[in-house]
Amino acid sequence: LHPLLHSPVHPLKKVDGFPRRSMRRARQRRSHSSSQFRYQSSQVELTPLPLLKDAPVAELHDLFCKKLQQCCVLFDFLDCVADLKGKEIKRAALNELVESVATSRGVLIEPLYPEAIKMISVNIFRTLPPSENPEFDPEEDEPTLEASWPHLQLVYEFFLRFLESPDFQPSMAKRYVDQKFVLQLLELFDSEDPREREYLKTILHRVYGKLLGLRAYIRKQINNIFLRFIYETEHFNGVAELLEILGSIINGFALPLKAEHKQFLVRVLIPLHTAKSLSIFHAQLAYCVVQFMEKDATVTEYIIRGLLKYWPKTCTQKEVMFLGEIEEILDVIEPSQFIRVQEPLFKQIAACISSPHFQVAERALYFWNNEYILSLIEENCQVILPLVFATLYRVSKEHWNQTIVSLIYNVLKTFMEMNSKLFDDLTASYKVEKQKEKQKTRHVLDDICSIIRHIIFHIVNMYRLGHLLNGSHHDSTHSLPCFKLKIVDTIGEETLKE
Amino acid sequence: TNLQQRRREGPAAALLWQKPRSAAQQRHSVTAILSKMAGADGDDSLYPIAVLIDELRNEDVQLRLNSIKKLSTIALALGVERTRTELLPFLTDTIYDEDEVLLALAEQLGNFTMLVGGPEYVHCLLPPLESLATVEETVVRDKAVESLRKISQEHSPVDLEVHFEPLVKRLASGDWFTSRTSACGLFSVCYPRVSSTVKAEIRQHFRTLCSDDTPMVRRAAASKLGEFAKVLELDYVKSDIISLFTALASDEQDSVRLLAVEACVSIATLLPQEDLETLVMPTLRQAAEDKSWRVRYMVADKFSELQKAVGPEITKNDLVPAFQNLLKDCEAEVRAAAANKVKEFCENLPEDSREQIIMTHILPCVKELVSDTNQHVKSALASVIMGLSTILGKDNTIEHLLPLFLAQLKDECPEVRLNIISNLDCVNEVIGIRQLSQSLLPAIVELAEDAKWRVRLAIIEYMPLLAGQLGVEFFDEKLNTLCMAWLIDHVYAIREAATCNLMKLVEKFGAEWAQNTIVPKVLGMANDPNYLHRMTTLFCINALSEACGQDITTKQMLPVVLKMSNDQVANVRFNVAKSLQKIGPVLDSNALQTEVKPVLEKLATDTDMDVKYFAQEAISVLALA
Repeated sequence: LHPLLHSPVHPLKKVDGFPRRSMRRARQRRSHSSSQFRYQSSQVELTPLPLLKDAPVAELHDLFCKKLQQCCVLFDFLDCVADLKGKEIKRAALNELVESVATSRGVLIEPLYPEAIKMISVNIFRTLPPSENPEFDPEEDEPTLEASWPHLQLVYEFFLRFLESPDFQPSMAKRYVDQKFVLQLLELFDSEDPREREYLKTILHRVYGKLLGLRAYIRKQINNIFLRFIYETEHFNGVAELLEILGSIINGFALPLKAEHKQFLVRVLIPLHTAKSLSIFHAQLAYCVVQFMEKDATVTEYIIRGLLKYWPKTCTQKEVMFLGEIEEILDVIEPSQFIRVQEPLFKQIAACISSPHFQVAERALYFWNNEYILSLIEENCQVILPLVFATLYRVSKEHWNQTIVSLIYNVLKTFMEMNSKLFDDLTASYKVEKQKEKQKTRHVLDDICSIIRHIIFHIVNMYRLGHLLNGSHHDSTHSLPCFKLKIVDTIGEETLKE
Repeated sequence: TNLQQRRREGPAAALLWQKPRSAAQQRHSVTAILSKMAGADGDDSLYPIAVLIDELRNEDVQLRLNSIKKLSTIALALGVERTRTELLPFLTDTIYDEDEVLLALAEQLGNFTMLVGGPEYVHCLLPPLESLATVEETVVRDKAVESLRKISQEHSPVDLEVHFEPLVKRLASGDWFTSRTSACGLFSVCYPRVSSTVKAEIRQHFRTLCSDDTPMVRRAAASKLGEFAKVLELDYVKSDIISLFTALASDEQDSVRLLAVEACVSIATLLPQEDLETLVMPTLRQAAEDKSWRVRYMVADKFSELQKAVGPEITKNDLVPAFQNLLKDCEAEVRAAAANKVKEFCENLPEDSREQIIMTHILPCVKELVSDTNQHVKSALASVIMGLSTILGKDNTIEHLLPLFLAQLKDECPEVRLNIISNLDCVNEVIGIRQLSQSLLPAIVELAEDAKWRVRLAIIEYMPLLAGQLGVEFFDEKLNTLCMAWLIDHVYAIREAATCNLMKLVEKFGAEWAQNTIVPKVLGMANDPNYLHRMTTLFCINALSEACGQDITTKQMLPVVLKMSNDQVANVRFNVAKSLQKIGPVLDSNALQTEVKPVLEKLATDTDMDVKYFAQEAISVLALA
């Protein structure tokens, strides 16, 4: 949508027209309020109610209900001095409600459910405001915080205590916490405020745990959010939080895995790896992927082939993340599954080892420090060593970074100890191959040299002819053969050198 | 059957389920195809094509991509029949590749009609495009749909029903959302050319997709709703489209609702005026007050189109209050979008009540926006507000708009001021710029000294225009110093623009003015201790010599240039050479021979190689050798 640029810093601080990250960050933290206030026609004046703890038992529920209704009034927090009295009354009421739900038993009776859910809905459900900074980078920039947090936090706290209360009855709640409610709850995960997302995460987790009828729906809607994120907007602030919930959901999947779950893995989780902002949620994503493998080893092949398909081509940071995930996967891989993917996998690993970016090469070489991976490699040495040998040998001679070179020597040493026969064979054939290549270049070189000799011969002749025509008797040919030799020698030296 | 199964599962799944082919297997399959294609009789002419086909299988993506891009060459060499019977099945079979390759393939196939034997056989292209239309990656899918739309036009009506329409149906009822999304873009191209029974089916499919389970598909359907409505018969627009429109416009997801606003424009255009009130307006009113700012933003953004589509009466009764609300919206994004439309909206108001509506309804809101808290809103308004003066005429402009212009000229945000200044010509036509000059000056001065060089650059570009409108006296009195100050700006781009500005001013005010006001100051800089300023003198001379004419150039500028040939900084010296080359044509031959030539010859023996080079170049260009 409309890309509103963020406001410039004070003109004096700027020398040119380019926004500076450091300056942007130095800006005062801004907070946002949401678009909800204009829908409140007239502000209601709040009057303090008696305290819940002083209420006689008979009137407790009635008072609780009144307080819930009182908390449905919204305040403008961008104007920090507006209606301070009302704000304070609501804050106190919310605090009391939280405390009451958390500590006393028997408060949550059926008639309170619709009132409680209404209060929660009115407060938390709102269209999130446009982002203050359209190029918001969650890793670099300060998030915009929700202005009404002093109230909002208490509402979330109340909701959480409500769900966690021993009196909470899912059968009653499900009438009010329905699909529409959940959908709105999920939309809120896009909030820029990390405090809000943290609450939402815990709350959605409880809802998923307690309201069984909503589970499939929640999973489907999370799918939709992810697919929109991957293929449409590339922007959603709560991906990490949703993945964290999914991690524990996957953990609880029944075996054998349903087709729906496998589809989720292959068509949603794996493509999530293509996101530009992968670094923000990679840890949670890798956890989910590994959870799937631990559930059902047969998905291993889809996962590895998927990762190889989406392997980063230019972004080395992502490549390091992918390698990290591969190691996590290999840590728990079944040997029988390993055999099915070892060939394409080690081709990719070999490509990473020869990356000029030392962090990528280093991350790949660390695999050989992992006991379990080492044992897998050892068992399949016959297949793996030929795949990586040429790369290792070449990179050990060429890499600019000493750490990489010494890591490679260690790896080569490990292989030598693993299977010295194979190692020697490969070394020998590598050398033969090199020799052949060298010879090929030698032939080409010889050809080039002879062409150059011809050319020089002609030049010399023309030169002599010129001198003859000019009547000069000075013979300069003796200097030219030197020139000729020099050219031939230089080429020969550079390429014939080992 | 293998293929059908794969198609059902979709390409991504197919890729993952597929066993990796070993190199030997791969080689085998390729040679099989090659020998098949090259023919048993050892047809050597196909060898280059065989190489291209081999490259379709190469491990290197770039090679595969190159080969795909030459697909038409391959097809041309194979001839139409073998393209149909061998190449296309081969392509359909190898379709599970990198997205980049698939994108190229999808594009190529859209131009393949002649290569498969013309419209009669165009349906052969459907199977590979159908698979591509189900791919996960959006760009590939979109390209496949684009190609399908293209080749749909080349189908005969019979083929359209026999081949194309079943494909649309298959896509529309696909398992995964990608194929259903693609289907949305294909309904409108086949609908006008099929029989009424098939039409009914197509409408039914579109209806189903509009209430699809996944928001992605509903979004795709909503974005094609307007296009589909255009090809439908009016009765069906009323019976089918309106209900779909209403449903999508009240979808639970704002991303769907906002797309319905776009469709609203096309639908309203199709309906007769008397139906608009009942069929469209309730939904539009609701959208203008939607609780999501994204939807309201969309309404604001499409306001002019909506206004034209619903006509003057509804505009007066409904859109004016709606527009007022958008201008007062609580989100800056919405206000900015609405502010951008102020001029267009006012222009398109019915003439009989235009002035009254603007004065009583729009102007009060505009007044508030002038002091909005958000600079983007103010800046959007400033870019159009001047246009109101032509609509309202002289008196109203002076009484009501002028104070607003003046306020914006004093705005703290430079973009606002700049937007006002850049639109001064509209006001000039109505009331003359002098009304503004009092406030204009401080605004210009401040922008001229803005810390951002881009702002300074922008204001310089308006200088010639301002000078023309303000007249030479005002200019000399107030702005001349600014123009000279830019010449010693610390940013090169500003100095360069300032030089160019001087040239335009001289073109406007004439050589005499230049001689009296500019030239002495410019030449004075030749003695500046900063070599960059000394070079600016040279750049100015380059720009001004032609406009100033031979007399001034020879008598005043040339001596200064020649004197600078002794400068101790080599950069100045070689710029002297360049300047001499530039002003040479303006000088008479006497001056060239007696004054320029010796200096250039001296420079040609300079110790600095660049000075030498440019001196020699000047000598040869001026033919002084």
